[in-house]
Amino acid sequence: MKNRRRFLVFGAGVLAACKKAPDSESGAHMRVYGERAPGETSARWILELSASPGTGSSRTPLADLYGTITPTSLHYERHHSGVPAIEASKHELVIHGLVEKPLVFTMEELRKFPSFSRIYFMECGGNTMGEQRGNTQPDVQRSHGLLSGAEWTGVPLREVLKAVGVKPEAKWMIAEGADAGRMARSIPIEKVMDDALLAYGQNGEALRPEQGYPLRLFLPGWEGNTCVKWLHRLQFADAPAYSAKETAYYTELGKDGKAQIFTFVMEARSVITRPSGLQKIAPGFHEITGLAWTGKGRITKVEVSVDGGKTWAEAELQQPVLPLALVRFRYPWTWDGKEAVIQSRCTDETGFLQATHEELVAVRGSNSGYHYNAIKPWRVRADGMVTHV
Amino acid sequence: MCKSVGFLVAVSCFGQGRPASAELIQKLDITVFADGRGLPVGTGTAAAGRAIYKSKCAVCHNDNGEGREKQYPALVGGIGTLATERPVKRVGSFWPYATTVFDYIRRSMPFDHPRTLGVDEVYAVTAFVLHLNGIVAEGFELNERNLAAVKMPNRDGFVPDQRPDVKAKR
Ligand code: HEC
Repeated sequence: MKNRRRFLVFGAGVLAACKKAPDSESGAHMRVYGERAPGETSARWILELSASPGTGSSRTPLADLYGTITPTSLHYERHHSGVPAIEASKHELVIHGLVEKPLVFTMEELRKFPSFSRIYFMECGGNTMGEQRGNTQPDVQRSHGLLSGAEWTGVPLREVLKAVGVKPEAKWMIAEGADAGRMARSIPIEKVMDDALLAYGQNGEALRPEQGYPLRLFLPGWEGNTCVKWLHRLQFADAPAYSAKETAYYTELGKDGKAQIFTFVMEARSVITRPSGLQKIAPGFHEITGLAWTGKGRITKVEVSVDGGKTWAEAELQQPVLPLALVRFRYPWTWDGKEAVIQSRCTDETGFLQATHEELVAVRGSNSGYHYNAIKPWRVRADGMVTHV
Repeated sequence: MCKSVGFLVAVSCFGQGRPASAELIQKLDITVFADGRGLPVGTGTAAAGRAIYKSKCAVCHNDNGEGREKQYPALVGGIGTLATERPVKRVGSFWPYATTVFDYIRRSMPFDHPRTLGVDEVYAVTAFVLHLNGIVAEGFELNERNLAAVKMPNRDGFVPDQRPDVKAKR
């Protein structure tokens, strides 16, 4: 019986494969929750950092994507103690410390506040860390893939804080997740009162478990680690906690052996995503395209060089250019079939111009790792293969 | 307070939350500050911590904190390497505060069963990790009153954000 069924299924499969798709026949049924076409196989690249499940990171396949919104299923992840299974109906946010009225909020209560939605980029503070030491990766997913863009929905934290009444002595907020390791970060009060978001939605639906379901902190333009997932506790204090993830990690060791601490903002940078590492191109016309972003407002300019940095030309920016969001740039290029080095550099509204690897290393040395944001050159070999430089 | 008056369906109740009781806060609040605030009352020595370490930590971090493979971080070494070409950032060489070591072990370790150690066990195993790094003596009795005063080798090794530091040439 079992064998027979297997044969039938197999047989049907062969028949389906052999038949030419008849455009006069009606198509497949609808799906209650959509899926992409079977031939589309773009996927995250997973790096497990310990034998324990769920730790490490998964990286966004930047070279495969269009536009500036990362599909939620392809958004990058970084976990320190795996992905907890949390029921939204049982999840609560406790706010305490230097406040007038310590309060507990259910998810239902948080969703009753007027909601706020905005498109933002998010990048891990450790994105492209290896590049600083010359440990380049073969493709842009592995080198730059701890970067994604999404529309985030939630309630501005300062609105919720009106109910608790933060005391003037409170200078920091310690945000803690309900993951197994209770990951915690200290956030300066200025950011909390500026644009911090208690996010429960991403790209129009509830957060996915790996993005902090049912609630995460979102700090626009700041390193991803501060956007604490599975958020369950906010503690107001007169000092930071100096937690492990803000001292031992996410700090930048300089040449003098001193490390910079509380380096939150992601400075401006850009990268060409097509053509990029591991792709093969043919001589002729190509549209060079990539992404630019800055944690300090708006990208004002992206320039592209196709001659190893000797000359630069302005790329076209896809409008509208949103602040604190990914910006798509394009530059038309006819490749003559000779070896070439292509790269992009961006400028943001503070006047910051993205530097070369050499310029960055001259100031920071090779050990800071986090917040490395130098120009990324790609070599197009005479045979059309694109490699790192 | 939250009241509904007739068909004015308690608009003022929306998103107001409910008071967080002292018991709830006490249960959840595990933050330890660098000056020692937040430390629970308790005590332990490295001598006592050795056995706890052996049964609860060594499987991942190895017998003397050397770490295993590269996935399970070493808990020793690196002192004096921070300004070199190949700095080794470890608990003893890099972490600025002993309170952070205590806080992290209490909240996140053992990695596969976090928050299963008793308070005295956390003090003891913290003392043992500090002892492995040559920071406290084996018999030193660590407690909520003296832990913040334990001086880590890299206490003064941190400076604020220096950026924008890199200037690109046009
Ligand atoms: C199942 C394996 C496992 C066990 C058991 C375990 N740890 Fe860990 N430990 C880890 C992993 C993995 C990390 C790194 C976590 C990360 O990267 O976020 C870690 C990190 C640490 C760190 C921080 C080291 C650093 O430099 O990042 C300390 C301190 C630590 N563990 C102490 C302990 C102590 C004390 C125990 C016993 C009570 C223990 N661990 C038990 C796996 C384990």
